Amino acid sequence: MSFGEDTSEMCLFNVKDGFLEAVVRGYKLGLLSTADYNNLCQCETLEDIKLYLTGTDYGPYLANEASPMHTTTLVDCCTRKLVADWKYMRENAGEPMGRFLDYCTYGHMIDNVVLIVTGTLHERDVQELLDKCNPLGMFDAIASLAVAQNMRDLYRLVLVDTPLAPYFSENLTSEDLDEMNIEVMRNTLYKAYLDDFSSFVHGVGGTTGAVMGEMLSFEADRRALNITLNSIGTELTRDDRRKLYANFGLLYPHGQAELAVAEDFDQIRSVMEKCPPYQAIFSRLGLGESQMLDKILYEEEVRQLINTYEQQFHYGVFYAYMRLREQEIRNVMWIAECVAQDQKNRVQDGIVFTF
Amino acid sequence: MKALMLGTAALLWLPSFLLLLYLLQVDLNYLFFLFKNISPYFWSALGISLCVGLSVVGAAWGIFITGSSLVGAAIREPRITSKNLISIIFCEAVAIYGVIVAIILQTKVEAVKPNEDGSYGLAAANAGYAILGAGSVTGWANLACGLSVGIVGSSAALSDAANSTLFVKILVVEIFASALGLFGVIIGIIMAGNASFTAQS
Repeated sequence: MSFGEDTSEMCLFNVKDGFLEAVVRGYKLGLLSTADYNNLCQCETLEDIKLYLTGTDYGPYLANEASPMHTTTLVDCCTRKLVADWKYMRENAGEPMGRFLDYCTYGHMIDNVVLIVTGTLHERDVQELLDKCNPLGMFDAIASLAVAQNMRDLYRLVLVDTPLAPYFSENLTSEDLDEMNIEVMRNTLYKAYLDDFSSFVHGVGGTTGAVMGEMLSFEADRRALNITLNSIGTELTRDDRRKLYANFGLLYPHGQAELAVAEDFDQIRSVMEKCPPYQAIFSRLGLGESQMLDKILYEEEVRQLINTYEQQFHYGVFYAYMRLREQEIRNVMWIAECVAQDQKNRVQDGIVFTF
Repeated sequence: MKALMLGTAALLWLPSFLLLLYLLQVDLNYLFFLFKNISPYFWSALGISLCVGLSVVGAAWGIFITGSSLVGAAIREPRITSKNLISIIFCEAVAIYGVIVAIILQTKVEAVKPNEDGSYGLAAANAGYAILGAGSVTGWANLACGLSVGIVGSSAALSDAANSTLFVKILVVEIFASALGLFGVIIGIIMAGNASFTAQS
């Protein structure tokens, strides 16, 4: 960045966004630490977990829950805290921060749309599906997704009024709704969303562009990796697979070209190892092991998210807070499930420590 | 490309400007006559206004940069408020420097009779320029100081909220930043020290 851009960012960021940046850094201070996780792992019952969590930032949200506790209630309370925090920040945000915060939630919106459409395909009750939706990604008229019979209806009736409308292109709307096509739809929407988010973030520019650009490119590469892994042995053609990869990231375009033709885990691994940052990740994975890949990718993501807090005067800290909270909720869910099912010896496998 | 354009502009602006003056038949002697006859009271007033105005802009800027971060961080860690008021006080001090120097400069301004042709004597002209210079120096130095203290104060508030041992260390950086304002004040007072409208030549 030039001297002028740097200086004006430092001098003018706090006019609109200084307060909320300080607020989100306060929220980040309340994330569970390694010591908290160790204490949670010592808990014998869900009641103990609830008692311990009442002493953390989750206190007000857990205090009024009646026993007996279930893992789902625990996770719901924790999610309620994230939603309350996010709502507070969104309501107090100026522009372009408001748009940025909205962009962070479009991924959840896509997941909710796919959840309801899949659930309707399997003849589930709409209300039950709405309860399972991610609250950060809700929009009005989401319930009417259950009415749509094919993608064209889906688009025309519901999605054209949502922020997801530009992510639907003409060739997508002509498909019927079945299992395979829904997954392809999800990934196509997500690709369009990532491209859009990346161009928005570079439009904002400055430190936000740099920091978020890095995190989004890691996200794009991670999704490319997961799409490749999940589509080995399915009927997804190589061209279709290539179309699902985002148009940026460290793997774009040559790594993606090689990933598109990879047919098994070792080929994928050799493609990823050509990229130095991912070589470091894959070297932690033993030979032939693919189960730990998810956990290692989560750890890498958490490491990058924590690093966003090293710089001031940018929006990356908000995205990082949302992701870190979600990771923490996943950790709490894992611990609660291990405790509830009496499998305490496996508890360390599933936790990704933040700090 | 941008560097090439900037380099050409840097080399060519002076000859082009002189060429323009020549082509427009600009009478430089007359222009200098006009400049010489601007009243030294105008220059003094300008100097004093720059002194207060820029200092206050610097202080205000610094205070809002620090204040917004401080208020946000104090929601979670209320203990940081009392210590971090120091950052706000450093910024406010910058405005006070500006007012003090402005008062000193203002006491230097005295009424002097002009010559027959309307121009002022040497002492008055010198005093006018000195007060302009002193005011400008103080003003610009305080603007930079206020900004600097503000940005460091914002980081100090956020770091203090995270780890209370960091505050004193960042305070050292802030003290160096606030020294900039003092430099401006010192030079301003020295420059204005010799300024006298009624000195005998």
